[in-house]
Amino acid sequence: MSIALLAAIGGLTAVGVYLITARSLSRIILGFSLLGHATVLALLTAGGPAGDAPIADRTTAADASNPVPQALALTAIVISFGLTLFLLALARRQQDHTGDDLVEDDLEDRRVAQDIDEPVMESP
Amino acid sequence: MTTLIVITILGPLMASSLGILARSREGVRDALTLTGLASAALAAVLLLIRVQEEGTVVLRVGDWSPELGIVLVADLFAALVLPIALVIILVVEIFAIGQRRSAWGANPELAGPLLGVLTSGVSLAILTGDLFTLFVAFEMILVSSYILLTHQGQRDQIRAGMTYVVINLLASTLFLFGVAYIYAATGTVNIALLAQRVPELSSGVRIGVGAWFLVVFGTKAAIFPLFSWLPDSYPTAPTTITAVFAGLLTKIGIYAIIRFHTLTGMDELGPIMLAIAAVTMVVGALGALAQNDVKRILSFHVVSQIGYMLMGLGLFTTAGTTGAILFLLHHMPVKTVLFLVGALIENEQGTSRLDRAGALASRRPIIALFFAIPALSLAGLPPFSGFIAKFAVISAGIDASSTILVIVALGAGALTLLSMSKIWMGVFWGPANEGIVRTQPSKASRSTMLTATGLAIAGTVAISLFAGTVADLSSRAAIELRDGVSYIEDVGS
Repeated sequence: MSIALLAAIGGLTAVGVYLITARSLSRIILGFSLLGHATVLALLTAGGPAGDAPIADRTTAADASNPVPQALALTAIVISFGLTLFLLALARRQQDHTGDDLVEDDLEDRRVAQDIDEPVMESP
Repeated sequence: MTTLIVITILGPLMASSLGILARSREGVRDALTLTGLASAALAAVLLLIRVQEEGTVVLRVGDWSPELGIVLVADLFAALVLPIALVIILVVEIFAIGQRRSAWGANPELAGPLLGVLTSGVSLAILTGDLFTLFVAFEMILVSSYILLTHQGQRDQIRAGMTYVVINLLASTLFLFGVAYIYAATGTVNIALLAQRVPELSSGVRIGVGAWFLVVFGTKAAIFPLFSWLPDSYPTAPTTITAVFAGLLTKIGIYAIIRFHTLTGMDELGPIMLAIAAVTMVVGALGALAQNDVKRILSFHVVSQIGYMLMGLGLFTTAGTTGAILFLLHHMPVKTVLFLVGALIENEQGTSRLDRAGALASRRPIIALFFAIPALSLAGLPPFSGFIAKFAVISAGIDASSTILVIVALGAGALTLLSMSKIWMGVFWGPANEGIVRTQPSKASRSTMLTATGLAIAGTVAISLFAGTVADLSSRAAIELRDGVSYIEDVGS
């Protein structure tokens, strides 16, 4: 069971990392969703073997699965949900400005590129 | 006394929730925001007085045991950083209210309430006793910072905002993986329990976890080579917002590194930290020299100064940690003031570019004075607070006989002074540029801005006047952190 979970975490992380290296923000958003799933699975795996639902009067402490990582995972899910929405809004706004949702080079990179293309002329 | 802890976190949060409801009524909204921030700052000061007299205050939320529940811990380190951080935010909010009418201000309907959420996150990050709550606190800070950075929707802000958000989201993802690893290895996320259990792990796992969290917190703190998002994104935000970011956000990252890596005894990572610290100092200072805009120069200085704090910590001696804490306490207000002065310059000149501003010293000598004090302090000249902080870090370096590092630190200080004089010559001396469009702030708004800046400068000068007390407290906090026993006992198990 644990091997299957670990393989799932590995697969999700690999695809997620591949996607966030893209230029287009919509791919990056998909990448972060997959990475978010990978972290949730990692948190659950960290809690040890699965057991009964940890509800006080339904099961004993020995049979129940560890509730702490589940609480952490739930919080992480909510946060990544909100952030996905924010990223979508950002992509929408970028489209308003430039017509696409590509992440642009930063100012320093553009300056360096400019200096290489057109070397600064020494004044005579 | 645990009430004080609750006020520092919930006060600003409640004020901002109410403030958003009353966002269209300017007076009510500003009064609410100011009340929330001021009550939090006051509670933090009272907390410091109480903690330095009677020791650590611990609040177990919901009375759960530390294994299961959230623990908020005000030890001396937290109690020292908290009031300075909260007073800074209060001063910036007063400044922002004064700046309201000028074209450079943030949208006041959003900025005030969001600043409240950010403040609440800062308090939570400083006080929390477990790694997962630290993650939540980081997210509170980051989400409000994403919106504060991009809410005006200008093209540059969206462009820089995309890089900023993506980098920080990646760091948050790595943070969650780190929490999962450390939970799998030790069965807890509570820092006091980690301080007991991490040293018992095999050395490979221990160093792996330490390095992992150095990358996570280091991205937030903008250490080399994880800093490139900072000088690109900070200058595009409204300047008052940048003042809060520069003064606090990276410092929370460094705060987390100091707390986590000293309490869990990651001494083996020291040499790596020192190497990173040296490169961070030099790269930041050199980057600043190449810029021609006040805000961009100051942003690169943020990176450079992070190096000094990491150097103090990386020595892993009590003197070094004391130096890092002192530097943190000095740096937060000084950096914020410099950006506030940057906002004053923008108001007067219509720009913060060096080649377009000029001759401000003769027209507004008070702004020149307000720039000179924190600038000299940041460069580490006596008698300002920067000298004391830099002296503490460097003398700790000499004690640990890290000669190369001391030379690098002194060299980076000289470079900082050089880029400060570049600002001075470009903005305060030089020919006046007549072709610029000035925004004309009203008299009341200008005097509010000047008063807020003046108050903050008085605060930084006060740190150098009471240097003895501050140094004593820092050294007590450093001893507590490096020893760890009292922290573990106070939190209990």
